[in-house]
Amino acid sequence: MTDITLIIELTILVLAIFLGFEVISKVPTMLHTPLMSGTNFIHGIVVVGAIIVLGLADDTFTRVVGFVAMVLGTANVVGGWFVTDRMLQMFKRRPEPRKDDA
Amino acid sequence: MISDPDIVGLLYLVAIVCFIVSLRFLASPRRARQGNWIGGLGMVIAIATTLALDGIGNWVWIAIGAVLGSIVGVIGARTVKMTAMPQMVALFNGVGGGAAALVALAEFHEAAGAFATDVIVSTVLSALIGSISFSGSIVAFAKLQELVSGRPTVFAGQNLVNVAVLGGAVVLGAVLVAGVESEWLLWLLLALAAGFGVMFVLPIGGADMPVVISLLNAFTGLAASATGFVLDSTVLIVSGMLVGASGTLLTLLMAKAMNRSVGNVLFSAFGSVQATASGPRADDGRTVRATSPDDVAVQLSFARKVVVVPGYGMAVAQAQHDVRQLAELLEEKGVDVQYAIHPVAGRMPGHMNVLLAEANVPYDQLKEMSEINPEFAQTDVALVIGANDVTNPAARSDTGSPIYGMPILDVDHSASVIVMKRSMNPGFAGIDNELYLDPKTTMLFGDAKDSVVKLISAVKAT
Repeated sequence: MTDITLIIELTILVLAIFLGFEVISKVPTMLHTPLMSGTNFIHGIVVVGAIIVLGLADDTFTRVVGFVAMVLGTANVVGGWFVTDRMLQMFKRRPEPRKDDA
Repeated sequence: MISDPDIVGLLYLVAIVCFIVSLRFLASPRRARQGNWIGGLGMVIAIATTLALDGIGNWVWIAIGAVLGSIVGVIGARTVKMTAMPQMVALFNGVGGGAAALVALAEFHEAAGAFATDVIVSTVLSALIGSISFSGSIVAFAKLQELVSGRPTVFAGQNLVNVAVLGGAVVLGAVLVAGVESEWLLWLLLALAAGFGVMFVLPIGGADMPVVISLLNAFTGLAASATGFVLDSTVLIVSGMLVGASGTLLTLLMAKAMNRSVGNVLFSAFGSVQATASGPRADDGRTVRATSPDDVAVQLSFARKVVVVPGYGMAVAQAQHDVRQLAELLEEKGVDVQYAIHPVAGRMPGHMNVLLAEANVPYDQLKEMSEINPEFAQTDVALVIGANDVTNPAARSDTGSPIYGMPILDVDHSASVIVMKRSMNPGFAGIDNELYLDPKTTMLFGDAKDSVVKLISAVKAT
């Protein structure tokens, strides 16, 4: 890896920090829990790391560790998504759909 | 197979955009559910792109892992009761942290000593933070599931031990970065970090768990981002950091809703020592008065204004549908009924909104704390259903109380208070409630659902 790649990666990291703060800055209290659950789902992206490690593994140790990471990462993605969806389903059946109190 | 790195990069970029839009939508009540779907789309794109990368093999392992993980995820998320959602978030957060730590371990093993400095730094960070998040989340899960006591667990010199354990892990990390790249050190680092995660969450009381879970959620985001540096994957760096940053902000917002600082939550061992010092004293002449459903029904039917204060007890008993039915009956009799929603009633911020929305309670009847508090003075009956700590007047007056300073619902300002509760046991924070000794307060003991059902028939007969 060249230094320029590292600098670019650090640059997007810093931009992501600011974006992460900005994008949820106006969340109402009642959405705190679903939002936490939604972000919990998104960090399930780590499963991509698990796939790369497991997919490229060529010894047993790496395969086993990668496999466990794959199971855990998938559980994070799938479970995180369904939990969030179940929470948000509760909000959908509102009697007054046009009233937006954000 | 996709071999053009530009196409791979572009597909990952699409996934990143999906995640950003998803977060934006999740912060708005009208579009939140759409937001989750968009996030799901992003995840599918990211995973499909990764699977199509050049050189990916071990397909059987990948497939079995994916199937096992999906089974756990689907069963966990779909069968669990609505009240147990908070601990499921903790659990799924923990496994994500564990995955990040394991990816770091596997990469370390594969590269076998041929590390650039930035890669070994990222590996150490991913292992350290991921491992803390894993064990800390499992403890948070166990506490909320009541597998271990929800009360703070403390011992003498605990902070010292914690600092020593974390310090040890950091020193090991530094040794690894300095070039002593032995796998043993990384194993030891993982173990120490896991130990720190356990000891760091164990002393925190159950009432503060939402803030802790949110913090651990941000940690897992950071660990995923660090993993991105190890694997040179922008989608991991950006998505992980988005969660790290938004999770940190969310943690601060949650702590603010409870009028506590994050530092206070993490290091004060909520209600540990003082808990017994300021409870109701049996010998001061005041007593708890119990009442019957019939009496309460009369009181409610002839009130002008009733404010329902729901809490965890209502959630556990799944009484929200019956509560709505009771409220509708009272409204038919001309009673003005509203619901007072404390931001942290239940186990999580927004918990009560979710449950009452599920029971089709009209949104305009749900009042936030700042809106409803001035109205208690004009309220005839405050009906507290399974809420405890969020109504405890000690938070306003008793500087020695562990919850002093937390904003509460001023139910004691109303003309009378009816508390529906299973027993006189203290609430989740493990402290007693002065409200129950107030001469205006009567207690209706029993399971919230049973009591509300009895109230419904009693009100019908009135």
